[in-house]
Amino acid sequence: MTEFFTATLGLNLNLVWFVLVGVLFTGYAVLDGFDLGVGVLHLFIRDDGQRRLMLNTIGPVWDGNEVWLVTGGGALFAAFPNVYATVFSGFYLAFMLLLAALIFRAVAIEFRDQQPQGWWRRTWDFAFGLSSLVVALLLGVAIGNIARGIPLVVGDGGEIEYAGGFFNLLNPYALAVGALAVTLFALHGGLYALLKTEGELHEKLRRWILPLFIAVAMSYALMNWLAMPVVSQMENSPLFMVAVAINCGVFICAFIAMLRQRYFIAFLSSCAFIVTLMVLFGLGMFPNLVISPGALPGAPALDMYNAASSQRTLAIMLVITLIGMPLVLTYTVFVYRVFRGKVQLDGHGY
Amino acid sequence: MFEVMDVEILARVQFAFTAAFHYIYPPLSIGLGLILVIMEGLWLRTRNSLWHELARFWTRVFALTFALGVASGVVMEFEFGTNWATYSRYVGDIFGSALAAEGIFAFFLESSFLAVLLFGWNKVGPRMHFFSTLMVALGAHFSAVWIIVANSWQQTPAGFHIVGEGLAARAEVTDFWAMVFNPSTVDRLCHTVSGAWLAGAFLVMSVSAWYLLRARHVAFAKAALKVALPVALVAALLQLVTGHHSAVGVARYQPAKLAALEGHYPDGPAGMWLCGWVNDAEETVSGVQIPGLLSWLVRYDANAEITGLDAFAKEDRPPVNLTFQCYHLMVVCGALIVIVSVGGVLLWWWRGRLFDHRGALWVLVFAVALPQIANQTGWFAAEIGRQPWIVYNLLRTSDALSRVVTAQQVLASLLLFALIYSLLFVLFIYLLNRRIQLGPAAREERL
Repeated sequence: MTEFFTATLGLNLNLVWFVLVGVLFTGYAVLDGFDLGVGVLHLFIRDDGQRRLMLNTIGPVWDGNEVWLVTGGGALFAAFPNVYATVFSGFYLAFMLLLAALIFRAVAIEFRDQQPQGWWRRTWDFAFGLSSLVVALLLGVAIGNIARGIPLVVGDGGEIEYAGGFFNLLNPYALAVGALAVTLFALHGGLYALLKTEGELHEKLRRWILPLFIAVAMSYALMNWLAMPVVSQMENSPLFMVAVAINCGVFICAFIAMLRQRYFIAFLSSCAFIVTLMVLFGLGMFPNLVISPGALPGAPALDMYNAASSQRTLAIMLVITLIGMPLVLTYTVFVYRVFRGKVQLDGHGY
Repeated sequence: MFEVMDVEILARVQFAFTAAFHYIYPPLSIGLGLILVIMEGLWLRTRNSLWHELARFWTRVFALTFALGVASGVVMEFEFGTNWATYSRYVGDIFGSALAAEGIFAFFLESSFLAVLLFGWNKVGPRMHFFSTLMVALGAHFSAVWIIVANSWQQTPAGFHIVGEGLAARAEVTDFWAMVFNPSTVDRLCHTVSGAWLAGAFLVMSVSAWYLLRARHVAFAKAALKVALPVALVAALLQLVTGHHSAVGVARYQPAKLAALEGHYPDGPAGMWLCGWVNDAEETVSGVQIPGLLSWLVRYDANAEITGLDAFAKEDRPPVNLTFQCYHLMVVCGALIVIVSVGGVLLWWWRGRLFDHRGALWVLVFAVALPQIANQTGWFAAEIGRQPWIVYNLLRTSDALSRVVTAQQVLASLLLFALIYSLLFVLFIYLLNRRIQLGPAAREERL
């Protein structure tokens, strides 16, 4: 089977999994991104009925969307165990905070409607909003650090370990990526909620979209300004420049669609913007997954070869993916179709 | 060395604590999932609205257990990397693919159709809704399959070879199906899943018995008991068979664990203790024993020789008394589960007296704890009995840690989890109780 993929089809399985892990995390960013964004915006809504409507826009789908993260983590473990081990143990406290936030988001949405008292609901609403914000921020900061490079050392068994602490993670560039993640997901969630709501809440969200666009543009500019020394070595690559052009193009497209009140187009453009950002991240890292700051030649790094599992495992996992992903896409589409249209408060949601 | 010891103990306590907390919920989801399928299937067949009401009510309980299962499950997946980085590098080639398969085949199926199960009552037809419930239950069972595959490989590794040496050594798959169907997978999967069915069935029985005692929702409670009792009976009997098979497998593949389960030190015929206390320093057990029973059960000969703990160097033995106590607590609960299930069914079928026998109903109310205790202690016995190995005979738990994580960091995260999980557990019990008090009559479930 391994020979079929590598010899007969001429596939580079390491490259296939570099891309597939990227696809899973991109799927997570696009899908759970709007759930997290709805959570962040939820913080700024006061009325209980409107809060319930906001929760109902994501109620049936957020759990399935989070599975993209779980599966991405599993795929990283399986395909690039060295990356999984180095990053997860290296970013220990940050990941523990992320887990705490993911726990609170999951239970807050389930607990809030179990009691009618105001204080109960406000507490869980706040927990839901704050944990959504923290998840977005931490994921952004994590990606920022991976892109920028982290201090690495080579251990006794040849394994590559993180050599910094928690506060090394809080550098300006990584924080700017964190800010971009929060604002971008808020915009993404806002556009999604616009599609799913009507009436008063819809009008309220409509007024928020322009400020959100400006916030995204500002954090995007800040990130790029701080990133210039980091990515300078990639500026000559034409592929990279094309991706940058598309990335900027879809953002402008989203903006125009928003002005013309074509919210479905705006939402699709915002999906494309997130996808192209992840593509840029992948192109910038390629063929590495974890680098030292500045990616100097000879510095320790985990790439898609020295971090990978055996060819046999990569081939087995490709078979599992080829069988599983069409099924996953089928029932994802099915669920979104069942719950299409505007949400209402009818006693079957939150 | 002292520093390493600290990290090891803290990391093990954290993993045990987070796994034990998590392990309350998925078995309930698996068991309730099966029962929901039966209830909705009966509704489709008979169109009796009682079944519909039952399915609606137990779906709400299912949603609660599912939410906590998801919340505590993500932690487990990340913890391999955060606390057991060396282990993750060692087993990534094997364990990782099982985990990824779990995500693709189980979690997506479960979470997608859960949306229809919870929110789709008036969005899809009854048949489609039944199909969704079936898919959720199937997904819950699949998730058990892949995690048991991974864990069983740690107990009885197969289908792999070791590449590299010393600190750089790691296991690589040579035969995927031999890895998946390693010697303990099937027995342990059947044993775990029947334990999960028991957890679900006994919860339904407990709540229904309580309604009958309080003379509330009587028709509703009787119908639920008629579904849950047969499930409990089948699962309880299956539990005996699979438990026996598991023990035979442990005797063959993990002799040190088997010896620890019964505190068996010198080689020779082995008995089974009804209860006892192990003095590991003097290598004695005090208690009540049936001589020759273990030999007879695993070798079908009361005089058969069983390898004792003395055959293993001290550093290769699991903590004997802890393994012993967990195992025996599980066995006692298992026996009580069989008695309660068989007794309940007999009272119902033979005399039809179960529904107004207050004593029996009270037993059912409290019996909800039995499968929970049995599941937890059984899991503890399996995992502690595997020590000092994280992968049996290949990698020691003490060598499997994250090298960059300090004791202070693990202590901080352990306190964080202790705090959050205590809060969640109290809320879970409170909200579960409230759901039960409100009963099926609370039509507008979302207040």
